[in-house]
Amino acid sequence: MRPAAHAKRTARAVAVPLAIGLAVVPATTACGGGAAPAGGPDGVLSSSWGDPQNPLEPANTNEVQGGKVLDMIFRGLKRYDPKTGEARDVLAERIETTDSTHFTVTVRDGWTFSNGEKVTAKSFVDAWNYGAHLRNNQKNAYFFEYIEGYDKVHPVSGSPTADTLSGLRVTGPRTFTVTLSQRFSTWPDTLGYAAFAPLPRAFFDHHADWLAKPVGNGPYAVLNYTRGAQMSLRTWKGYPGSDKARNGGVDLRVYTDNNTAYTDLVSGNLDLLDDVPAAQLKNAKADLEGRYINSPAGILQTLSFPYYDPAWNTPGAVKVRTGLSMAINRRQITETIFRSTRTPATDWTSPVLGTDGGHKAGLCGKACHFDPAAAKKLVAEGGGIPGGRLTITYNADTGSHKQWVDAVCNSVNNTLGNDRSCVGSPVGTFADFRDRIGRKKLTGPFRAGWQMDYPLIQNFLQPLYYTNASSNDGKWSDARFDRLVNEANADPDMATAVRTFQRAEAVVRDQMAAIPLWYQNGSAGYAARLSHVELNPFSVPVYDRIEVA
Amino acid sequence: MGRYAVRRLLQMIPVFAGATLLVFLMVHVMGDPVAGLCGERQCDPATEARLRQEFGLDKPVWQQYATYMAHVFTGDFGTAFNGQKVIDLMASAFPVTIRLTLVAVVFEVVIGVALGVVMGLRRGRPVDTSVLLLTLVVIAVPTFVTGLLAQLVFGVTWKLVQPSVSFTAPLDELLLPGLVLASVSLAYVTRLTRTSIAENARADYVRTAVAKGLPRHRVITRHLLRNSLIPVVTFIGTDIGALMGGAIVTERIFNIHGVGFQLYQGILRQNTQTVVGFVTVLIIVFLLANLLVDLLYAVLDPRIRYA
Amino acid sequence: MPEPQRTCPAGAVVATLEKPPAHLGDGASTARKPRGLWSDAWHDLRRNPVFVVSALVILFLLAIAAWPSLIASRNPLSCDLALAQEGARPGHPFGFNGQGCDVYTRTVHGARTSVVVGVLATLGVAVTGSVLGALAGFFGGAWDAVLSRIGDVFFGIPVVLGGLVLLSVVSGSTVWPVIGFMVLLGWPQISRIARGSVITVKQNDYVQAARALGASPARILLRHILPNAVAPVIVVATIALGTFIALEATLSYLGVGLKPPTVSWGIDISDASPYIRNSPHMLLWPAGALAVTVLAFIMLGDAVRDALDPKLR
Repeated sequence: MRPAAHAKRTARAVAVPLAIGLAVVPATTACGGGAAPAGGPDGVLSSSWGDPQNPLEPANTNEVQGGKVLDMIFRGLKRYDPKTGEARDVLAERIETTDSTHFTVTVRDGWTFSNGEKVTAKSFVDAWNYGAHLRNNQKNAYFFEYIEGYDKVHPVSGSPTADTLSGLRVTGPRTFTVTLSQRFSTWPDTLGYAAFAPLPRAFFDHHADWLAKPVGNGPYAVLNYTRGAQMSLRTWKGYPGSDKARNGGVDLRVYTDNNTAYTDLVSGNLDLLDDVPAAQLKNAKADLEGRYINSPAGILQTLSFPYYDPAWNTPGAVKVRTGLSMAINRRQITETIFRSTRTPATDWTSPVLGTDGGHKAGLCGKACHFDPAAAKKLVAEGGGIPGGRLTITYNADTGSHKQWVDAVCNSVNNTLGNDRSCVGSPVGTFADFRDRIGRKKLTGPFRAGWQMDYPLIQNFLQPLYYTNASSNDGKWSDARFDRLVNEANADPDMATAVRTFQRAEAVVRDQMAAIPLWYQNGSAGYAARLSHVELNPFSVPVYDRIEVA
Repeated sequence: MGRYAVRRLLQMIPVFAGATLLVFLMVHVMGDPVAGLCGERQCDPATEARLRQEFGLDKPVWQQYATYMAHVFTGDFGTAFNGQKVIDLMASAFPVTIRLTLVAVVFEVVIGVALGVVMGLRRGRPVDTSVLLLTLVVIAVPTFVTGLLAQLVFGVTWKLVQPSVSFTAPLDELLLPGLVLASVSLAYVTRLTRTSIAENARADYVRTAVAKGLPRHRVITRHLLRNSLIPVVTFIGTDIGALMGGAIVTERIFNIHGVGFQLYQGILRQNTQTVVGFVTVLIIVFLLANLLVDLLYAVLDPRIRYA
Repeated sequence: MPEPQRTCPAGAVVATLEKPPAHLGDGASTARKPRGLWSDAWHDLRRNPVFVVSALVILFLLAIAAWPSLIASRNPLSCDLALAQEGARPGHPFGFNGQGCDVYTRTVHGARTSVVVGVLATLGVAVTGSVLGALAGFFGGAWDAVLSRIGDVFFGIPVVLGGLVLLSVVSGSTVWPVIGFMVLLGWPQISRIARGSVITVKQNDYVQAARALGASPARILLRHILPNAVAPVIVVATIALGTFIALEATLSYLGVGLKPPTVSWGIDISDASPYIRNSPHMLLWPAGALAVTVLAFIMLGDAVRDALDPKLR
């Protein structure tokens, strides 16, 4: 605490910080600059981004930020229509089958990767074999699990006994056959997912270089990539597809905090923000003078329950869960916290499926309707909240979860007339949140957001509620539900299959396996110099259609 | 002096080992990093086992630490979960943060010392009292509030600067974040200089200089300032380490892709390699700065002798 | 000679608080009759307006921390989403926050948490730091080297970083993890100061005399050294108290601070920070309350330091 004793000669003291300063300055001079913004078909736009969590390999990317890039630099056999979500052929000339088990795929002619290499049947088969093999640590390997021989290249335990999937065979430069291990009538519709993209030889031969600067066959090519900061993509002039980019390119900028990105957007420092944070929604329309999109996406937010905790797995708990569902004022929360970028959920799917696809508004019935009196009665009849207090666990590092969890708790507290009957329990990191779920350490409901992989009703039900399914985090299990799902999967007729899925969904409702909260929309804001901005059903901007003025 | 420096350098080894071990354990107790890698679902058990093996997570903690340190000594800081070499991340992050720190230090020196000198020479006058109060207010408001307010006022309302920093982080864009980062230290430098000036202004040698008939500005710059700056210089020397490590909040607000960003990202993803690597370097910077300050003392002040 | 005391060992938020005995006023030259250090200090303090004002603010704060319902009778946990982000209106002078809770009620009730965190963390840091610092300073040699190096280890870890890592693993909604963390990373600062002043005091004649008379080390440490070495610790501790309160808010901003249903300024400030453009009132009231509190503690510390600094006599 004492000051330094003061000396009488100090000339060197002043010189030191200057010397330090000079030594570091050269590092600072090389940076800065940048071209003036150009418009028209060569105009480049900037867009918000998050640092991808995994290496940018197609079968290794399972979150939206990496998916954003893959959607720009890859085109697969099929692609989901940006508007309707319908799976349409892109590189697939035809996919034929007679028995829903054996498929023959013909790849369209004339496609190349941006490095000039032709896209052939082998490009697909090699990519899929890579994605499926245990050795390559691909986190989306399970997408290939329906292909015959998956258990040999990716055994549940032990070492792989095969190098390639026996169900894949190249039969010509542009044809290959796929054999599934079970009947799966809608399997071709899953092929729009990024994991099924073709890969050039460079991916296998010069892997590290490829990761540093990925090469694909989509409308954009990577110009340069500064890890953790920015990726510049430019329109690939030689792109053979019909969805050529209508702008010169996209600069994806990493933001740690979307509120900063929004501030940048409003002050003209950023062109496109594809996830406007909830806190800014109140003024977004006014700030952006209408340059604001709010369109449905295939995302459903629910509260899941830990069924491994016996207290939640009783007939009484069904009543409690139903009561809690009725205690949540969904309309008020979606309108106040989310400014209508969420829509109160009335079933366990998403409106983007369409009624033909299996979405059925109102399937939840009274149980999703705010009714404090009935809610209080049901919770009491069911024996009250197990443990006396409802603790909603969520991860605090991403999204605007705290706001809605607090609001849900306030709604429950006000309904039950006890200001401490429900509390939010934030977990610092997503990894820790998943860890607690994985270790079955939770004793109360937890946040569960489901973003569809592909727009099929199957994807909203089977992974989440089928016994021991990969995302059945609450370990819910119901024999009747499992039977109905099996029945629906084997049904070659789309319409009856969907109806069977909906009967399975009714089982979920009757047990209130998870409380549906709201359908999430994609919300984006953009600068005045952009036009034709849209979000696809995965809430990713359709970059190739954006025009820059 | 030489022996003292050697002894201090040797003492740094256990401190370094202890600090890295501590950070290693802290990140380890955060839980299982693999759990968050597969999105809203569990990794299939086979892939999970493979990942664990690849990152060495299947080994006991002490073994992981030993392996890690062995690698660090050969300059290998490992690979982050997204396949990026930690050394590459450092190469892109440290220049940015060093630049930011430098801007902050320049602010501390220029504004802090100037204000401090003015206040020290005008003790008790209104300008002194009001600046003194202002420094207290700066210290009392949390940095993130100062940062958000500054961003809103200068970046959005008045449009004087860009509200965030582009990824090349040119110097001019770092001015506002640098000022925010420096704000608390700036207040201390001001107060420190003021006190020091005020004390030395009464010293005999200053009175002698004035009696000799030297002009006022010469007395201040040549005699008073030089001697008064010793505590300030040492403060700033040790503050450099603190600024670099404390930039997490500032870098987040202004979206700067520096050390704070990488650390924050690494912590959220429980990326042991990134976090331990960056903190290790920060600790080295901190220890060296401390040593440098102690040695500087001896150089500046003849009354201190090290054995 | 042992290592010199540093002007500022830095490395941490709290660390930057260390500074030489700056003084606010310039009343050094007045001659007074000799008195004890403490009574002399008290004599000075009573006449120092800075001290009086900050002490009053702190007393007021302690009062509402103990009995918040004295001036805010509503329930801080009862909120109506329909009123979210609304401005001030009769009966609700500060308006409503994003959840429709009354900002005035929450600001008043938040005082308790902040005071508890600040006071307990400071006590913990002061006790741990003084004991370890005194041991290091008194016994010197290996004790000193080991304790100082352990201090360096904790000191080398940036505070915010340590908070992110350590507190992100803790669940539960009590204040203890936050306080424990502050003590864990804060003690080396006090320990260095205590060590320094013990070393200085140890060389004084009366200590040498006691030693010559054959007093035991424990007696020398407890009866002669500690009472005279404690002043700088008290000064820094008062100032550190303010920074701990501010640190609680920063931890909340990074998502690892206190958790509901705890009501605290930190939680409210960090919740309101993204709304700074739309509804600044949600941020400014709790942030203002926090700033005034921190200011009061720092000014109190400043005043106490001035009064205790013998160089100004």
